[in-house]
Amino acid sequence: MPRIVADWLADHVELPADLTTEQLAADLVRVGLEEEEIHPAAVSGPLVVGRVLEMTGEPQKNGKTINWCLVDVGPEHNATRITGVDDADVPAGGARGIVCGAHNFGVGDLVVVSLPGTVLPGGFAIASRKTYGHVSDGMICSTKELGLGEDHGGILVLTEAGFDAADLTPGQDAVALLGLGDEVLEINVTPDRGYAFSYRGVAREYAHSTGAAFTDRGLAEALPTAPPAATADGFAVAVDDTAPIDGQVGCDRFVTRIVRGIDPTAPTPPWMKRRLEGSGMRSISLAVDVTNYVMLDLGQPLHAYDLDAVTAPIVVRRAAPGERLTTLDDVDRALDTEDLLITDSPDGPGSRVLGLAGVMGGASSEVSAATTDVLVEAAHFDQVTVARTARRHKLPSEAAKRFERGVDPRLPAVAAQRVVDLLVELGGGTADPAVSDLDTTTTPAPLAMDVSLPTRTSGVPYTREQVVQILEQIGCTVAGDDTLTVTPPTWRPDLVEPAALVEEVVRIAGYDQIASVLPAAPGGRGLTPEQRIRRSVARALADAGLVEVLSYPFVGQQDLDALGLPADDPRRTALRLANPLAEDRPLMRTTLLVSLLDTARRNVSRGIDDVAVFEMGQVTRPVADAPAAPQLPVGVRPTPDQLEALAAATPDQPRRVAGVLTGNRVPAGWWGPGRPVDWADAVEAARTVADLAGAEVVVSNDPDHMPWHPGRCARFEVAGGDGEVRTVGHAGELHPKVLEELGLPRRTVAFEMDLSALVDAADGSPRVAAPVSAFPAAKEDFALVVDATVPAADVEAAVVAGAGELLERVELFDLFTGEQIGRGKKSLAYSVRLRAADRTLTAEDVRAARDGVVRVTAERVGAVLRG
Amino acid sequence: MTAPEPLPDPLDVAALDAAVDAALADVAAATQLDELKTVRTRHTGDKSPLALANRAIGALPGPDKAVAGKNVGPRRGRINQALTARQAELEAERDARVLVEETVDVTLPTNRTPAGARHPIELIQERVADFFVGMGWEIADGPEVEAEWFNFDALNFGPDHPARQMQDTFYVAGTDGGDRTDGANLVLRTHTSPVQARSLLARGVPLYIACPGKVFRTDALDATHTPVFHQVEGLAVDEGLTMANLVGTLDAFAREMFGPEAKTRLRPSFFPFTEPSAEMDLWFPQKKGGAGWIEWGGCGMVHPNVLRAAGVDPEVYSGFAFGMGIERTLMLRHSIADMHDIVEGDVRFSTQFGTEI
Repeated sequence: MPRIVADWLADHVELPADLTTEQLAADLVRVGLEEEEIHPAAVSGPLVVGRVLEMTGEPQKNGKTINWCLVDVGPEHNATRITGVDDADVPAGGARGIVCGAHNFGVGDLVVVSLPGTVLPGGFAIASRKTYGHVSDGMICSTKELGLGEDHGGILVLTEAGFDAADLTPGQDAVALLGLGDEVLEINVTPDRGYAFSYRGVAREYAHSTGAAFTDRGLAEALPTAPPAATADGFAVAVDDTAPIDGQVGCDRFVTRIVRGIDPTAPTPPWMKRRLEGSGMRSISLAVDVTNYVMLDLGQPLHAYDLDAVTAPIVVRRAAPGERLTTLDDVDRALDTEDLLITDSPDGPGSRVLGLAGVMGGASSEVSAATTDVLVEAAHFDQVTVARTARRHKLPSEAAKRFERGVDPRLPAVAAQRVVDLLVELGGGTADPAVSDLDTTTTPAPLAMDVSLPTRTSGVPYTREQVVQILEQIGCTVAGDDTLTVTPPTWRPDLVEPAALVEEVVRIAGYDQIASVLPAAPGGRGLTPEQRIRRSVARALADAGLVEVLSYPFVGQQDLDALGLPADDPRRTALRLANPLAEDRPLMRTTLLVSLLDTARRNVSRGIDDVAVFEMGQVTRPVADAPAAPQLPVGVRPTPDQLEALAAATPDQPRRVAGVLTGNRVPAGWWGPGRPVDWADAVEAARTVADLAGAEVVVSNDPDHMPWHPGRCARFEVAGGDGEVRTVGHAGELHPKVLEELGLPRRTVAFEMDLSALVDAADGSPRVAAPVSAFPAAKEDFALVVDATVPAADVEAAVVAGAGELLERVELFDLFTGEQIGRGKKSLAYSVRLRAADRTLTAEDVRAARDGVVRVTAERVGAVLRG
Repeated sequence: MTAPEPLPDPLDVAALDAAVDAALADVAAATQLDELKTVRTRHTGDKSPLALANRAIGALPGPDKAVAGKNVGPRRGRINQALTARQAELEAERDARVLVEETVDVTLPTNRTPAGARHPIELIQERVADFFVGMGWEIADGPEVEAEWFNFDALNFGPDHPARQMQDTFYVAGTDGGDRTDGANLVLRTHTSPVQARSLLARGVPLYIACPGKVFRTDALDATHTPVFHQVEGLAVDEGLTMANLVGTLDAFAREMFGPEAKTRLRPSFFPFTEPSAEMDLWFPQKKGGAGWIEWGGCGMVHPNVLRAAGVDPEVYSGFAFGMGIERTLMLRHSIADMHDIVEGDVRFSTQFGTEI
């Protein structure tokens, strides 16, 4: 994102002399340019210009030769006594003694000296130190040490870096000279404000915020001389777009200029380097730096070609199948037929690819160290074309960033002129009179806006004058009275709706003018039954001692393997992400347990012995080979068929609740031993969930449902409205192999229930209350011996059926197996409470109920009453 | 057989008084209930002097009978009274002693049924929902795996919109077990905003809904980022709604979450689905280093294209929308420094919050 060097901004807008970076940030954020970061000064402390007075080479035992230098660092910093140097030998006016290992400088050179107390980039603090038998009282700095680029030739000699010796004095502050003390504001530009990717645009916004005087240097009038019109001998350019995207031709403006006879060794001047580097851009060569400079200044991406490497005509066209290009970053790329290319014509028109239009140039036509004649390109490319190419090739270049957000189509001629002027001035080149300017741009379409719309939208009463004034201030032309006809400026391709104009009015007038008025909603129906049930379930589980956790839904097939799921288990049909965070977990969970077990294990591994956790959340249950969702346009209501297709493509995402318990359910303590978790705790929790959902469930043993223990797994089923039985969950002890695989303690139990299905199955109608009888009850106990394989639920159902309508309550109070009742048998002892609604029970009533229990249990489950 | 002892003379007042005195002394001396029982037998039993004296009355001549009766009866009464009183005293002492003996250390830990807890992210979402329900809004839900159209296009992010690329989206490749690998035009929703379009389509206008829920971005987990997090979305569409209504709603919401001092401020920004758009700052009195503004969420007036995508006429209806991060809200409100605590599922984190927040 753009970095703002204050004195560069001041080329476009008046800034107060005492403007701080914080204040600049505050001024810009008010109009929507948010502060990203304030980059602190690279260097602090006494960094000064020094002149080398004496230099003595001293060979060392290690074979190196060091230089012992006396350097004039100005009267303020010079020492009159230097350790190890006779006072008589100290130069008049004093100096500093400095040891230096580099050799690319000599006596008389003007260098940069960091005196003790200086902090260089990277927090490198300079102090006086003893080395090679001297006290080195500072450091002579290299380009790299100053953070000004890679080391090319060692010590930075200022006159070689483009500084004029006449402007330099020993002792002069080098922090300011090199721009190393600039605190730089980096701002965040939202996608609708492409123009703010330039000093021109940021300055305009600063003017909007503060009212400071703004000069638009992007207009032709701002140039000393207007840019020349196209000439007949201009470099030939053709746009041949046979496949425009959405009807937009990929290139509607292409300006070329030629500058000849540039000195390839001419350095980029320090001021430009400073500004570029402050703006976050590395200095490369004069020609490239100038194009970057003008791009940052005005917002127009530019390209400089080596004129000798380009054969006319330039043809702007889409890539042909199979074409390739090596871009400036030395990557060989396969091109897509949607990519817009800049090509030239050595073997016929458009025969050679030079670059990806508006994204990145190619290596072959790059400006080199030998280039003297330069062809300058200043073009305007379609936003969508550039955006797609940049995305496709993962090249979010500076040019692409600007073009995809929209560049002012009026800029190319102005920007090209600025480049030409700078190359002439700084590179000693000559502007060639040949100019080409292919221009099919159109003016922005006017918008009709009711003058009251900004007020109706914001609630702030703006006058007509205010609305018009603000729109004109942002560059619009405005006509009309009640309905304004507003023509947006060429640099605002985002202004395509009256709502966008409203935003401009409201933000420039100030969001702080908006009142605070709570709207009165018409009144809603509260939470839905499912929302209420979710809360009840979560609350009940928490009250039962379970702790709610959240876990990530990302899993891999190996996690499903660990659960022991068979290859054809439907839970293996999982949605796969194209760009998962972890390559081994690319799937969306189809069951909560798969990730919840991981969470349980994390708790156990952190030393928590008794863990009872639950999670409520959506799982994803896709249908293999479901149709892809339709891609539909923006701003149009889909048809019913299209909505149905969207729904069909969106996988089922039922809301589930799952829990895992391990360790003690009742902790051990001073009161006695704890009670370990067992399968029944999981089943009880699952029953609680079903009860709260209001669903009637049937529980049975499920001997074949991993990851549960085949003998200790309960299946929960509901009957749907259509009579169809649906499985809605499982609970019980987990399979020992799974627990071993997962590293969880033996006998860990778990449940997982489909809350959405339970809610669907619930009746939902108000419960019909049974009257409470005040007549006396009769209690009867039954010890029933059945085969061990008979489920208790069946026995109980038979008891209920046998007891008849007088039954109020049945309770299993004992379960017994043993020799006394025979092998393969079990005894279930029930306590049955009988009561009539309207009378005291007679002995006859009780006997009939008792006989009924004995008879029906005998019939249904082969029960024998124990004597 | 030995000769029976002579019965005490019921007319011998001195002897009777001596017997009473002896009884009263014994009663007073009894310090235990069983001692008292022995005393009772000794002084009121069949063989006690006064019982014997009483028995002897029957043998006396008529006039003496009355005198003897008056001698013996009240004296027996005095002894019985003393016994009853002493019995009551000793019982009270015993009861008190038993209760003292039953004393326990009530500071012993009593966590025999350890409490569970809700996750604070869920609790705060419920609290948010309650606030909006209280204003007459409804709570909407939506799928987490979402059609691209709902996540982007319906919200005015066209396929080539730069903002669409800035969302760090998880894209769906296809389904394991299926053959298609060309993508499904599905994403993990990057924000709760698709619920805007879903609710407008399903419920129509006027509409006042909030949607708390889970969202996804391809950010690696660190102290302040998580790939799976939560937002709450608010949407109101009605005739005549203005940005002032947006500000009023945000201010009320901020007060609900952060107390009566809280307020909000808008800064111009950009979202494809709102115009005008704003970033929202919260005045946070508890901010580290002194009260100040901190970023809380994004908001704006619903873009006409969003209304159009749901078949709502932007010439008639206007609306506002806002969204803020639940994690951020929770972290601010409860001074949580590290996101890891929220996402790792360590029970020690949730347990701090219990079931209310």
